[in-house]
Amino acid sequence: MKAYLIRRLLLVIPTLIGITMILFCVIQLAPGSPVLLRLQKMQGAMGSESVPQEIIEQTQKLYGLDKPLPVQYALWVKRLVTLDFGTSYKDRRPVLDKIAEALPITLQLNLISIFLVYVISVPIGVYSATRPRSAPDAIITFFLFVLYSLPTFWVAMLLIFFLGGGQHLNWFPIYGISSLGADQMPWSQWLLDRLWHMALPLFCLTYAGLASISRFARAGLIDVVRQDYIRTARAYGFSERVVILKYALRNSLIPIITLIGTLLPSLLGGSVIIEQIFSIPGMGRLAFEAMLSRDYPVVMGILTTSALLTLVGLIISDILYAIVDPRIRFE
Amino acid sequence: MSAAVDTSITPDASARRRKQSYWRIVLRQYRGNVLGIAAFLLLVLFGAVALFAPFIAAGAPFYLVMDGNTYVFPNILDYADLRGFQFDRWQPRENDVALWPPVPFDPNRSDLRNRLAPPDRVHWLGTDDRGRDVLSRLVWGSRVSISIGFVAVGISLAIGVVLGSIAGYYGGVIDSIILRLIEIVLTFPTFFLILAVIAFLPPSIYSIMIVIGLLGWTGIARLVRGEFLKLRDSDFCTAARASGLSDARIIFRHLLPNALTPVWVSATFGVAGAILVESSLSFLGFGPPPPTPSWGEILAQSQSYLHRGAWWLVVYPGLAIFVTVTAFNLVGEGLRDAMDPRLRQ
Repeated sequence: MKAYLIRRLLLVIPTLIGITMILFCVIQLAPGSPVLLRLQKMQGAMGSESVPQEIIEQTQKLYGLDKPLPVQYALWVKRLVTLDFGTSYKDRRPVLDKIAEALPITLQLNLISIFLVYVISVPIGVYSATRPRSAPDAIITFFLFVLYSLPTFWVAMLLIFFLGGGQHLNWFPIYGISSLGADQMPWSQWLLDRLWHMALPLFCLTYAGLASISRFARAGLIDVVRQDYIRTARAYGFSERVVILKYALRNSLIPIITLIGTLLPSLLGGSVIIEQIFSIPGMGRLAFEAMLSRDYPVVMGILTTSALLTLVGLIISDILYAIVDPRIRFE
Repeated sequence: MSAAVDTSITPDASARRRKQSYWRIVLRQYRGNVLGIAAFLLLVLFGAVALFAPFIAAGAPFYLVMDGNTYVFPNILDYADLRGFQFDRWQPRENDVALWPPVPFDPNRSDLRNRLAPPDRVHWLGTDDRGRDVLSRLVWGSRVSISIGFVAVGISLAIGVVLGSIAGYYGGVIDSIILRLIEIVLTFPTFFLILAVIAFLPPSIYSIMIVIGLLGWTGIARLVRGEFLKLRDSDFCTAARASGLSDARIIFRHLLPNALTPVWVSATFGVAGAILVESSLSFLGFGPPPPTPSWGEILAQSQSYLHRGAWWLVVYPGLAIFVTVTAFNLVGEGLRDAMDPRLRQ
């Protein structure tokens, strides 16, 4: 196990280098240079020609943009290591502070959503895998398929339209993650209020993941049930319940555990839309607003943190994989 | 030299025969899939709508006799004396003839007297906040969505197939470098990265195609790599190598045709995914620049007018996206089932 861990963690190094390089390329993509944007912002006008040469040079020095590319890259890596993403162009606050405020909200939503996805989809997968090609299986498969193809933002808009005030039912709040004055509530009321606010966004984040994970769960279990050791278990006369839940299910869960790592980036991406629609002050909304106002340091900061987060997710799922499947460790 | 060697030693001809009959089996399997056939026909229909958009929704007739002059296809051809002519104010005279497409509205022509009109006999699916006909914009939006879907997946296919086959064929260091590359691309929340890049590039339909394509190749690369790992030890590959063919020729002429089967399934799903990404981008305002009509963009507008009950701005574009994505997914699923030997009847 130790050897596997060391090998896995060593493999992170080239990935990290690759990530920093891609991020660096994104910096170079900016129209003109960030310097000009910043100066335009300061003047509130288009006329970058009127900016004194001296100021341009100073700002360039600050960002190292006047240096050759390798030096720029080294500077960028140095800032990354110290998690120094600079200050926002918009309100001059450190980017790290803004991310630290937004990240817990997004993580909260996404982790609850991942939890729900697994809690709901594994039983569904087991249910349909144990009766393949029966009527209930066909209905579930089709229903999940439809869920899988429904665009999140459309579902969110429809939910808002029909359940969030508007002209129809007014069951759920559609703005933010807590009511005004939620800080003063007793904790039980606070929790209810939070859940009430999160219900619609959570639903939207969860249903798509649900569809894909339960399809994987179903396929995995069907594959495992075909194997010899399951026939052996049946031959021993164990009840079907024991065969499925004790012998087959465990092994069929292995591949979908590793999917946690890949679920995280898609959920993070999905939260841009969801947080934007429901006005949730998380990473997605922060990123969206930063992109709209071309707030460069914030965009880069969020891109970097989310890439690092996903990398952590991937490593965790690999380690989980090694824990549940001993074969991986000795490969 | 290679031509002679080719036919005598490598099983090219027999491979082709086998491939043909393989596709015939797949076709036969697919034909039993009612839902898959329906989805495929729907896609053909949508493709036709996108292709013939000027004949389905246009602000000009496709045949016109006005003041004794005859104009053929004024909806797609440019006539100097019709330039700037406003057909919606036109009062036809006695001998004038005009044959209109079924939706006689230009997708970009606004009509401020008719803002946010609910669906009726004139505007079948209503109008948007500038009085533009929603159905016409949906028809023209299908061009944007479908072309972005196909071009983006084409780019992904090109990158994924080349990198995947190189990784699988050579193995070793090259393989692990490409695997790292895949992991790096996988690590980015793709949608974030697409948004960030799109936000900084000059807005255009091409940059969206390219960025979606550049980030979507990892799945295809993994599939092709897996197939190549199996194929490179096969006898016909050894034979091809023994007859002195170049690596490029072995990879692309001999191994690749045998490795592509699972790729088509993945590509079909990829088109659905790319259409979803494009509509999400447009929804957030990072889609093709206005006034290009796009499904996501109509849906985005509806955000501001929901409280006025403009349900047609939510329901119809969403339905268009949903039906197209579902159809592509159903075709992909049908293909996968048809190709799966375990499900063969």
